[in-house]
Amino acid sequence: MKIICNGQTKETRDGISLHDFIRESGLNPGTVVAECDGVIIRREDYETCQLKENSMVELIRFVGGG
Amino acid sequence: MLTIAGHTFRSRLFLGTGKFSSAEILKQAIEAAGSEMITVALRRVNLDDPADDIMRVLDRTRYVFLPNTSGARDAREAIRLARLARAAGSGDWLKLEVTPDPRTLLPDPVETLKATEELVKEGFKVLPYINADPILALRLQDVGAAAVMPLGAPIGTNRGLLTRFQIEIIIEQARVPVVVDAGLGAPSHAAEAMEIGADAVLVNTAISVAGDPVRMARAFALAVEAGREAFEAGLGASRREAVASSPLTGLDFIQR
Repeated sequence: MKIICNGQTKETRDGISLHDFIRESGLNPGTVVAECDGVIIRREDYETCQLKENSMVELIRFVGGG
Repeated sequence: MLTIAGHTFRSRLFLGTGKFSSAEILKQAIEAAGSEMITVALRRVNLDDPADDIMRVLDRTRYVFLPNTSGARDAREAIRLARLARAAGSGDWLKLEVTPDPRTLLPDPVETLKATEELVKEGFKVLPYINADPILALRLQDVGAAAVMPLGAPIGTNRGLLTRFQIEIIIEQARVPVVVDAGLGAPSHAAEAMEIGADAVLVNTAISVAGDPVRMARAFALAVEAGREAFEAGLGASRREAVASSPLTGLDFIQR
């Protein structure tokens, strides 16, 4: 299935959890914050949050800043 | 010691983490600065460079993380960034920054006040970045800001304490800590802010773009300490006319 992550279309497997999607993108679920279809997902819910066809995912993290 | 929202800090130098040439230099600069409050920003992950993660070098247990809402142009965007920052695990601390004009990066006072009110209700410890406006500072402390952060000069300009007169009034009136933020370009600027009674300063650009950022971090730490010590010691009054330091008597042998 296709999802939209950070504005890019990504091909991933059906029913993948947010946690696995973050992992498989090479990221650490412990330092990434996720919004799914405009809703912030709490980190403890990453495993149970299942992505759907055309889900809009935003992955955000801390960067250097003043 | 400095206390903000019930948390005590030994160091009065807060450090921004932007524009360092490497994570390793940043880490060494934090050590050299002795800072216990570190600002960070929130941005989309670059999916093409997933390993670029600042949190690899920052130990969350050693510093208070103060995420900023940089990039927000109004209260709504700032509140969204604040909620994301909290979800990212930074705790309730927030440097509220609402800067609609990319040319000046001056903060929007109306949107900043609106966002502060809302975020205080949501339990955030809000430290709003403001122009050096004494009336706004009072309004913000009335709605529950944990501190106020007036600018010395616009962000990244290194021009020093251009707003000294207004900052002096803010300090006089404040019931919450005053952290001078933005524009401090040299250790002498930081010392000046501390000498007039600022509770802390936040420095980023002046350190991160210095020839040797680690040594500059140490220079700022020394200046902040010197300025605070001078404030606590109580500066002598300034005068227009000379007052001799040496005795004016006992000169008969030479003055005939």
